[in-house]
This record gives sequence, structure tokens and C-alpha cells, in this order.
Amino acid sequence: MKRTQTSLPILIIGNGIAGITAARHIRKNSNQRIVVISKESDYFFSRTALMYVFMGHMKWEHIEPYEKSFWKKNKIELIQDEVCSIDAKSKSIRLKSNDIYSYDSLILAVGSTPNLFGWKGQELNGVQGLYSKQDLEKLDKWSSTSRKAVIVGGGLIGVELAEMLHSRGIHVSFLVRESSFCGNVFPKGESELIGKHILAHGIDLRYNTNLVEILSDDNGRARGVITDKGEQIDCELVGLTAGVRPNIDFLKDTELEIGRGILVDSMLQTNLEDVYAIGDCAELKTPQPHRRSIEAVWYSGRMMGETIAETLTKKPTPYLPGNWFNSAKFFDIEYQTYGQVTAEPNSDELQFYWELNEKNCAIRIAYKKENNQFIGINSFGIRLRHVEIDNWLTQKIKVDEAIEKLSTAFFDPEFYPNYHKQIKSAWKQYQN
Amino acid sequence: MEAISKLNWLAVGKNTALIIGLSGLGLLFLPLISPIFSSSIWLTTALLCIVVGTLFYSNFLYKNSPAGIKNNGVWFDGLSNRGVLGWFIAMALTGFYIVLYFYPEILGYNSEKSTGLIAFFDPLSLFMNGNPASQWFVYGCLYTLAILIFGVKFIFKYRSNPYQIIRTLSVMFFQFGFAFLIPELLTLFNPDTPYFAKDLKNMWPLNYSFFDSWHLKNMLNGGNLGIFMLLSGVLMIFVVSPILTYQYGKRWYCSWVCGCGALAETAGDPFRQLSSKKISVWKLERWSIHVILVFVLLTTIAVIWSFLSSNPNLSSFSRETFVIGTVSFLSVLIALIYFFKRKEMDKDAIYSMLSIGIIIVGTLSIQAFSGGKHVLFINSYTLSKWYGFGVGAAFSGVLGVGFYPLLGSRVWCRFGCPMAAILGLQQRLLSRFRITTNGGQCISCGNCSAYCEMGIDVRAYAQKGQNIVRSSCVGCGICSAVCPRGVLKLENGSPKNRTDIPNYPLGNTL
Repeated sequence: MKRTQTSLPILIIGNGIAGITAARHIRKNSNQRIVVISKESDYFFSRTALMYVFMGHMKWEHIEPYEKSFWKKNKIELIQDEVCSIDAKSKSIRLKSNDIYSYDSLILAVGSTPNLFGWKGQELNGVQGLYSKQDLEKLDKWSSTSRKAVIVGGGLIGVELAEMLHSRGIHVSFLVRESSFCGNVFPKGESELIGKHILAHGIDLRYNTNLVEILSDDNGRARGVITDKGEQIDCELVGLTAGVRPNIDFLKDTELEIGRGILVDSMLQTNLEDVYAIGDCAELKTPQPHRRSIEAVWYSGRMMGETIAETLTKKPTPYLPGNWFNSAKFFDIEYQTYGQVTAEPNSDELQFYWELNEKNCAIRIAYKKENNQFIGINSFGIRLRHVEIDNWLTQKIKVDEAIEKLSTAFFDPEFYPNYHKQIKSAWKQYQN
Repeated sequence: MEAISKLNWLAVGKNTALIIGLSGLGLLFLPLISPIFSSSIWLTTALLCIVVGTLFYSNFLYKNSPAGIKNNGVWFDGLSNRGVLGWFIAMALTGFYIVLYFYPEILGYNSEKSTGLIAFFDPLSLFMNGNPASQWFVYGCLYTLAILIFGVKFIFKYRSNPYQIIRTLSVMFFQFGFAFLIPELLTLFNPDTPYFAKDLKNMWPLNYSFFDSWHLKNMLNGGNLGIFMLLSGVLMIFVVSPILTYQYGKRWYCSWVCGCGALAETAGDPFRQLSSKKISVWKLERWSIHVILVFVLLTTIAVIWSFLSSNPNLSSFSRETFVIGTVSFLSVLIALIYFFKRKEMDKDAIYSMLSIGIIIVGTLSIQAFSGGKHVLFINSYTLSKWYGFGVGAAFSGVLGVGFYPLLGSRVWCRFGCPMAAILGLQQRLLSRFRITTNGGQCISCGNCSAYCEMGIDVRAYAQKGQNIVRSSCVGCGICSAVCPRGVLKLENGSPKNRTDIPNYPLGNTL
């Protein structure tokens, strides 16, 4: 059932992966007018690649996945402006430039903003998070006059920021609240493996350490931090990377139903008619089992974009992501995960762990206690074939079978060492 | 403090190594000023300085941090971002090539007795092939030396990746053994045979003069070795290459064996990111490489045709048989491809098919409108000379290598190499090779595209969950190596479904 064509556009607020995926797929199926509004950048860029621009691996133009002609060719109108208000009754929005746009459908894909926890001195010059293009520009500015930096918060963005600053010869102290790296996400083995690797790169990684206060110099620029151990660390740059939260402050005065994010039902629809929210900013009222209500993840944003495009151009389609997967890179160690592997196995689960410490390789396989069903895998330093593992999860194969045919899922380049034998024998040992 | 002093030592070591290497390079040019410096001791010193300097430089550059590919600062450095240093090196290299090809006397070349840089290499040349050095011997030495030393540097940089290490050892081996050592030794042991190319791996049409009249005659008059080279040359093109390309893609040649590829992959590695990824440049590439393909094939056909016309006694078949054979072969080829593969063709393949069509028409025109030495009213040897000048020298040398720091390391391979065009057509349509995209794991970061020396927008495929099957891909594997999320894998598998386009990348239940 194709919706009736109107001259009113589908308005998309935000040109990140969620909004742009939606725009692309809507255009594939429909000729309806599409307008994308962003305050951040002229063109879509890969947020995950910001770090590579800072490190000099790429220029800005390289992290824009589509040439400028793409947007014109596909009749996707791009507007750089800021949304001030949304009027659901007249189905229109007002921009900072005072332009008013009426919409047929409105898709909010407004992303995240870094978490700040009210630290003393968090507003000083040289103190910042890392999320947006503007953050990157700030970082470029402050880092040019910095010799030492402190990073607070040990998530993926924290490690990335550490690698970035380190690449420019800035000495980095990295404060982590937990007693091991990412201890709430990774089990102990992986957590220690990454921690050791970060130290090997010359990062001053400090566990069990919290930020108390950021010190200012006479010009309002950060000059150091004080930790909860009473220690003072001198620095000119402070990176606050304690996670992100939905970027919803500017929507507080609207009629939108807001929780931690913009609340949406399984169709990604908000409480307002023809208004949808996707990506980092959306909070699912009823997430799928084993999924979080807010997933600030590239892949989730992309899948929500695909789903909303189906809904708006074909038929109402609920957001039903398949098996969970994710990936990251910690300095030189690549990480992939599929299915569910928790930091501590749930009471009805068991986990098998294999590690080759000197090669920075590790595999963890989670399975059900009662029927040995394979439910997830973590892999460090070994690439795995997504389609293969995805099939295993869907088919609910047994853990023995998964380990027996693990090498069919290896995705490392040719001539890489194959550790299947070692993993198999470790599995036998573990069972005895 | 300790960390800082360590950094200082590294910087001192690195700079010292750089100075030693550059002094070696400088020593090479001293004989141009005075013959005093032209002795085997100075030559040995110069070459040693270059080797030792580069090796220590690489060691200081890469060994201080854990293994893992780091392209830190590539776009901040004037050498690798088309800055002043890049332009300077491009000018110097281009100048060197112009002198080498068109004004070798500046280097000391003299048909009677050379002096200067060329005579400097006499001791090595006499030792290896029994003759005084020619400008081509000097060039061969420097070319091979560059591949060896920068090959080692490359291995330092990519030491975390066995595919890169083995592939680089392979190009170093083929350059040093097949292109450099064996031909010189064969010349040493067969001093009386006329000249013909003795580099087994340098196939026609990359070696465009293989079928030239003089070359054919010299091979036919070159005893067992000559006949062997002729037969193996033909065997390589029509049997070995198609089998290997079917099994492994054109990478078996372009990034494992070929000498041009070897230089691009080693000395050219710092410049790989400079290739343009624009769609408009892809269009240019399609035109350029196919025009050259048509030109080199027609030239070769014309040259063979003239050879058969003027030397009917040297061959067992007539020029008419040759024309009929060529036209039939190409027609059958084009018909088979169309019949079986018409659904899998992209624009690259269509252009290649059109090129073959034009060659068929061209071949028939040669037969219809030519007489004696004149092919289509032009002397075929003039045509061949033009090609040698325009494409062989100006394009592959001056532009191809001289412009490394401006246009990237594979300008010649991408826009000019007729061999690459032929292998590319097969790779696109009839090969087990592809770069597999790992389900939905792509984050569109762009590292793969940025570091593709062939200017392929790898990301455009990966972010759609589509495999990369492109005529131009030389299979260097760097896209896979620099991918931060383990998305790309070069592999050989069933030719079925390798070009399928999924509706969505893996992950969603749509």
C-alpha cells in the first residue's frame, strides 16, 4: 500500500547514520520530497571516523561517504539550520532562521550528547567531550596547546580519545571508575587484555579513580584535575567521555513524550501523529528481549532508518532488529561480538574463554546451561564472519558444534595463523 | 621524563639514518661531477649507505610502537599530502625519467663509451653480464634496489599482517630474481645471442614489443633460449595467466609478481592514498585504459601482420591465416562472454567488450586496406614506435612513477596498463576472487577507500553489504588491513553469487 503522494515533504531532523539511511531508503521506494535538516554539518559524515581525521589518517572529505552530487541526483534536500520548535497540530517546524517547514511525516534522528555529571570545572576551556564535528574542531584547537591530557570515563570513546591524543604526542592519563577496563561490559579476561594493551601503548591508565574537580588557571583554561585519591594531575586538556545520552534538551517544551530519550512504540512512532524518532535519541517503550531501550550504536541507527523507510513507503513495519552484533577497535585490538555475552554469566548460562595473551587474541563463547545452546561470542584479535555466526544464533546450534566448526567463521586475511586447534583443545580441557 | 628522552633518541636515530641514506643517494651522482668518484669502492659505499640508511630509518620509524598499522599524520605530512616535499620529489623523479628516456647523455651515456653515472655501474655490470653498463642497466639496478629497500620498510610497517609480508616478499623475489638477476646471468652465459627480453614474468602486452618484428626475429635466431622465451611468453598469456586469474583474481600478477606493481607497492606505498576516488575519475579511467588496450592490441596485430607480410619464410602460416585466426578467436571470445555473462556486466566490462569489438573491426580493416609495410596507410613500425614513446616511456615511466607523490602510486596500472585491462575483464566476469564484505559490520569510516591505491570507493560497496568485484582491483589487501572493524576479506570462492546486491546489510529482520 503506497501512501498518497502529497507535496508536503518527509522532514528528517539530523543527518547522521539513522536519518540518512532513512532518507536513502525512502528515496529508493518513493518520489516524495525529502528534506534533511542538520545543525552540525553540511553533509552526512561517518561519526565513527572522526578520530581518523584527527590522527591524520584521513581528511574530512574522506569520511563523507557520498559525493556532493549524490544528494542532488537523489533529490534529497539538505539544509543546515537548527530546529527551534515543533508544532504537531499544524504539522510544521520552525527553524532558527525563522523558516517554517510543514511536513507530511517528521523523523527525529537527533542523536546523542556527551554525559556530564556536574563536575566542578566542566565548563572550563580545554574541557570537552567527543561526539560532534564541533567537538573535533575544539579538540584540534585545545590539543595544539596541550602537552598532557586527562581522560575521564573508560568506554570506547575514552580509548579512542586516548589513541587520538597519543598520536599527536600528548601524554594521556586515563581515569577509569571500575577496577578493570570496561568491567561492566567485558568479563575479566577481555577487560585485562585490553587494559594491558592500553598500558603497552604508553597510556597512564588508572583504575578505581574518579574525577573530583577540574582546576582552572587564571584565564579559565584547565590546568589539572584532582582525583578522589586526593592526587593532582597537571594537564591542559580534559576529555569527559563518560558515555552519551539522547540529545533531547531542545525538545523539552514540546508535546513529545520524553523519558530518557524520545519515547517510541515498536513502530518507532512517538506519541504525536506522523512524528517518529530513530537512532540514538529514540527510547523504545518495549525493547526486544536482550536489547536495551536506548542503543547509541551505529548499527542500530542504521536499522531503525531502514525500518522507518519501509513504514513510510511500503507498509507499517515494526522495528525488529535481528541477532545483536557490534564491533570496536581498542588501539590495535579489534573486537567483535555477536549474540549475548555478559560481563558475568547469568545464572542459566556458562561461558568458555580462550586467550592467547602474547598475540592479543581471545575468544569467549556463551551458552545455555541446560541445553548447551550457543548464545553468543566475543572475539578479540580474530575476525569472525557475521553471516556465519548469525546463522548459528538463529539456528540455535549447540556449543559443541559451534566450537567444532569455529574455523568456518574465521574472517582474518589469508595466511593469518589459525588457532582453531588450540581453541578446540582448550574446550576439551575446560569440559574435563 | 624517561619516555621523552626515549623519543629524543628515536628522533636522533631516525634522522641519522635518513642522512646516511640520502648521502648514499648523493654519492651516486658525484661521478657526474668528477670521474674520481667513479670506482667500485665508491659504488659499494653508495649502495651500502642507501641500504643501511633505509633499514635503520624503517626500524626507528616503526619499531618503537606495538605492531599494528598506523597511518598517523599521513595527511599532515608534506611528503604524503601533496605538500611542498611531495611536489619536490615528483619534480625530481619526473626529471630523472625525462633524462633517462630522452637525454641519457646527461647521465653520461655514450654509444662508444659511457661516463658519469652510467660508467659508475660498469664494475657491477661487467661482473653480472660481461658488458659495460647501459642506462637501462643502471635503471634496472636502482629500480630493483628501490623495491628491495622499500619492501623491507613496507614489511616493518605492516608487520602485523602476514598477507602483506608474504605478498611483499613475493614481489621482492620476482623483481630481484626474474627481472634482474636471471636476465643478466642469461646474457652472461649466452653472450652471442641477439638481444631479446629475458624477463619471464614481463608478459605481453605489458611488454609491448614482445611481438615486434625485431624481437620475434631475435628470439627465433636466439637458439634454444630464444625459442623457450617465445614459447613461454605465448604460454603465459594464453594459458598460465587465465588459469591463475580464474583461481586468484588478477592480484596473482598485479600485486604479487609484476615489476610495476612491485615498485608501486613498496616505494609507492606512502602515496597510495593520493589516488582519486571520484566517480568522474573512474569514468576517465574506463576511457583511458580501454583506448590504450585497443591501441596496443591493434599495433601488435599490425606489427605481426607486417612481419608475416615481409618474412613469409620465417613462419608456417600466412598473414591471412593470422587475420582469420585472430578475428575468429576474438569473436568466439566475445560471443561466449556475451552469452554466459551478459547479466553480470558492469560498465567496466561493457567497455572491455566494446574494445574487443573495435579490435576485431580494426584487424579486418588492416587486412582490407593495407599493403606491404603500410598498415592502414601508416608504417606499422612507426605506430609501434609511437606506442613505445607515448605509452611505454612517457606514460608508464614519467607519469606513472614520476607522479607518485601527486596522483598516487598506481597511475599507470589504473589508467594505462593494457595487461591490467585484460586481466580486469577476466577478474570481473570469470574469476573466483572477490573482496567479501562482512555482513552488516561496516561503519562507513572510509579507511578502505582512502587507502585504495586503485581509487576504488570500497566503502560504497561495503556499507551496502555488497562484495567488491571490480576490474581494477589489484588485490593488494590494504583495504582489509586498514579496516578497523574486520569488514573486508580477500578470498577465492565459488564464482556464483559473488556479485549479488543485498537489499539491506545483514542485521535487520526486514
